[in-house]
Amino acid sequence: MISAEKNFTATTNPCKLCAPLGASLVFKGVRDALCLLHGSQGCATYIRRYLISHFREPVDIASSSFAEAAAVFGGGDNLKKALMNVGSQYHPEIIGVATTCLSETIGDNVPMYISEFKKANAGTDLPEIIHVSTPSYRGTHMDGFYESVKALVKSLARGGDRTDRIALFPGFVSPADMRYLKEIFSDFGLPWVMLPDYSETLDGPLWKEYQRIPKGGTTYDEIVSLGCSQATIEFGHTLKTGGSAGEKYSVPRYTLGMPIGITLSDEFFSVLGQLSGKEMPAKYGEERGRLIDAYADAHKYIFEKKAIVFGEEDLVIAMTSFLLEIGVVPVLCASGSKSGTMKKTISEMGAGYGRSISVREGADFADILDEARILRPDFMVGNSKGYAIARELDIPLVRIGFPVHDRIGGGRLLHLGYRGSQELFDRIVNTIIECTQAKSPVGHSYM
Amino acid sequence: MVKVLAQREKQVFRKGEDTFNIGCERNSVAGSVSQRACVFCGSRVVLYPIADALHLIHGPIGCAAYTWDIRGALSSGPKLHRLSFSTDIQEKNVIYGGEKKLYNSLIELIDIYHPKAAFVYATCIVGIIGDDVDAVCKRVAGEKGIPVLPVHSEGFKGTKKDGYRAACEALLKIIGREATDKVPEFSINILGDFNIAGETWVIRDYYRRMGVEVVSVMTGDGRVADIGRSHGASLNVIQCSGSMMYLAKKMKEKYGIPYIRVSYFGIEDTSEALFAVARFFNDTEILERTGLLVESEVERVNRQIQRYRKKLKGRKATIYVGGAFKAFSLIKALHLLGMEVAVVGSQTGNIDDYTRLKDMCLPGTIILDDSNPVELANFSLEKEVDLFIGGVKERPLAYKLGIGFCDHNHERKQILAGYEGMVNFAKEVYSSVMSPVWRFSPRKTGRMANDIG
Repeated sequence: MISAEKNFTATTNPCKLCAPLGASLVFKGVRDALCLLHGSQGCATYIRRYLISHFREPVDIASSSFAEAAAVFGGGDNLKKALMNVGSQYHPEIIGVATTCLSETIGDNVPMYISEFKKANAGTDLPEIIHVSTPSYRGTHMDGFYESVKALVKSLARGGDRTDRIALFPGFVSPADMRYLKEIFSDFGLPWVMLPDYSETLDGPLWKEYQRIPKGGTTYDEIVSLGCSQATIEFGHTLKTGGSAGEKYSVPRYTLGMPIGITLSDEFFSVLGQLSGKEMPAKYGEERGRLIDAYADAHKYIFEKKAIVFGEEDLVIAMTSFLLEIGVVPVLCASGSKSGTMKKTISEMGAGYGRSISVREGADFADILDEARILRPDFMVGNSKGYAIARELDIPLVRIGFPVHDRIGGGRLLHLGYRGSQELFDRIVNTIIECTQAKSPVGHSYM
Repeated sequence: MVKVLAQREKQVFRKGEDTFNIGCERNSVAGSVSQRACVFCGSRVVLYPIADALHLIHGPIGCAAYTWDIRGALSSGPKLHRLSFSTDIQEKNVIYGGEKKLYNSLIELIDIYHPKAAFVYATCIVGIIGDDVDAVCKRVAGEKGIPVLPVHSEGFKGTKKDGYRAACEALLKIIGREATDKVPEFSINILGDFNIAGETWVIRDYYRRMGVEVVSVMTGDGRVADIGRSHGASLNVIQCSGSMMYLAKKMKEKYGIPYIRVSYFGIEDTSEALFAVARFFNDTEILERTGLLVESEVERVNRQIQRYRKKLKGRKATIYVGGAFKAFSLIKALHLLGMEVAVVGSQTGNIDDYTRLKDMCLPGTIILDDSNPVELANFSLEKEVDLFIGGVKERPLAYKLGIGFCDHNHERKQILAGYEGMVNFAKEVYSSVMSPVWRFSPRKTGRMANDIG
């Protein structure tokens, strides 16, 4: 294995984002919810800008707007004022209070502030307030994402008679992925609750009137009902604990890889088959058939092409599984996160195909570039932040995941299941073909 | 009627209906969803275009991640500013302090990239965890022989304006470091232009044609050495006064350099800027060359925007910008296109700015300080505007409501300054307002998008 592994102290061009961004996303996927970041005004504004540039949808995130006094004497007053103003301006059903590095470092007791706020306003119609601890010096945006899902479940889910509903925790996938997942569940006749669900709020139509909180998202009642689910399905190889509905209410849990490619999609569809007691609907069999047919038609164009895959760990792992099965060599798999399990999972996957793969946890784009110069990949797969490297190496970047700041339609990228894999497959193959065609001295108009 | 948060009532003014006492220069109301950023943002945007300096952000990763390559500030040479450097503070650093990590990061990065100076941005928690950033900077400066400047930009210590000031403090430490013996008499510094899409180059070219030398630009296409000798210039010409006024005043105090406030946006303001500089030097040849330049450019622009003006006449706009000074120019530019301004606001204007805005506007115009999405959307709907001028955060709001949009923020890739900028601006406004896609918007059809009627 080639290794350019150097240990830099500084992080150059980060391949990760901070925890409050993950929290903001999750609360965008809850009906009538608004996220409030407890800290400086900039955190909310920067994260809004970052999300808007990808989804191209309005993203309102409130801030408790710390001033110097709050940093010295505690942010309790600011938080309470913010809760009040968010309540009167947005009329939310749920306010998600996510902390920042500032409020965490000064040691603000947020649960206490919230209970004081509730006490002071007893008798009025208050929104549900969910607190999640998301200091940006701990983990990445994915930690903020998973912690927020857990906080919602922990605070709201109740036990009770078991229903036939499936609790689905898709992780950080696109609105298009979420819509497809819902379609799949409907076609299997399985009732579901998906948390979060920003398929409408982050990819919605134009408005007739101004909407304070765009419609869509998992409802309060649905989150309450999670404790009575028949089973929990969650996507993510690196997940150690689930949305906690599983543990507390002993709901059987299926932790699957994100279903990308035939292997991982098959696992997902088999579980749905088991849970529904039904055969896979013909439609998906046909999708699977077309996907394998495309594999056959195009396999030569991509065989042993070298790719670098980067981004969130669970997305990287699932993409790696997919690339391996289509004959692409994932020469480097990198993520800014370091859950500690990515390396092992990918090494095992690679071994199944006789490939030894370089894996970088806690990597930044400087690390990736250093290694790429040695590995000489043919293309990269990941978010648009990899473009700088792709440009420097003069190789194409197949855009997946988040953020896609340099193209339209980031929210409509489909990755999951047979249909999503088909889209990814066609894009990858055509990217390679386009490259060959452009560089060819002849320029044939056929393949 | 649009309902405004009680604590914000004073920050919303409707011309003609009440006495003028708009509230401004306040901290954002908690929970109001301000469009403002923070102190760090102010420092970062001002210093960002200095292309041969290292910009190291000391703190957890977010601040660096969200500001990586987000400004369209171009460089004609080194491009170090386009990289994002962070000490990426972890929990253990929060407990034991981050000074060692800061020191090691600086040494390592200076050895790799050989910058001409380093800026170290202290973000929210740096002071709280007890890091002595000044001491570390001083030590590294001594060891590496380049200026290593702390920029105290903790997000909560004020507003974006305080961030501008922290950036100016850092610049002041670079100014005066170089010899000025080769600086000619007819020379200026351009302050407050950031070379978005190459605007600095357009402006520099006007001055070249006039016969005026530009010693340094702070900070568009900026270089540490040029800034170091900027105290040799005869005049400071400030565009973005919100960010650079402090620096201009300090340079006047310290080096006796007078300053003038200008704007390069729109033909009226651009021409006035160039004439003001020419008048300052009061040199016959410069005055003559400036007259010729302005005459030919204005004639050309007027010719080129004719077709857009015909289509845009009578259309209405909302303007929401960071600094109010930009709004003045935008109003004039829209008037030139025959358009009216119905809603206008800024994140950081002061009372003088708002008084001037009020005087420029028609009765009924709504003026907003530190506004939020709820207000911006509802006032724009109330006034039935056809165009919204703002930044990335306002863009989806406009589009959702079926309103055309012009990006006048620092992420844009198009020159909007100077004479050619006016033509681009007219074209961009025209392209968005006149697009046929709005025919399908619910605001025009009167029904939801998923209803075919």
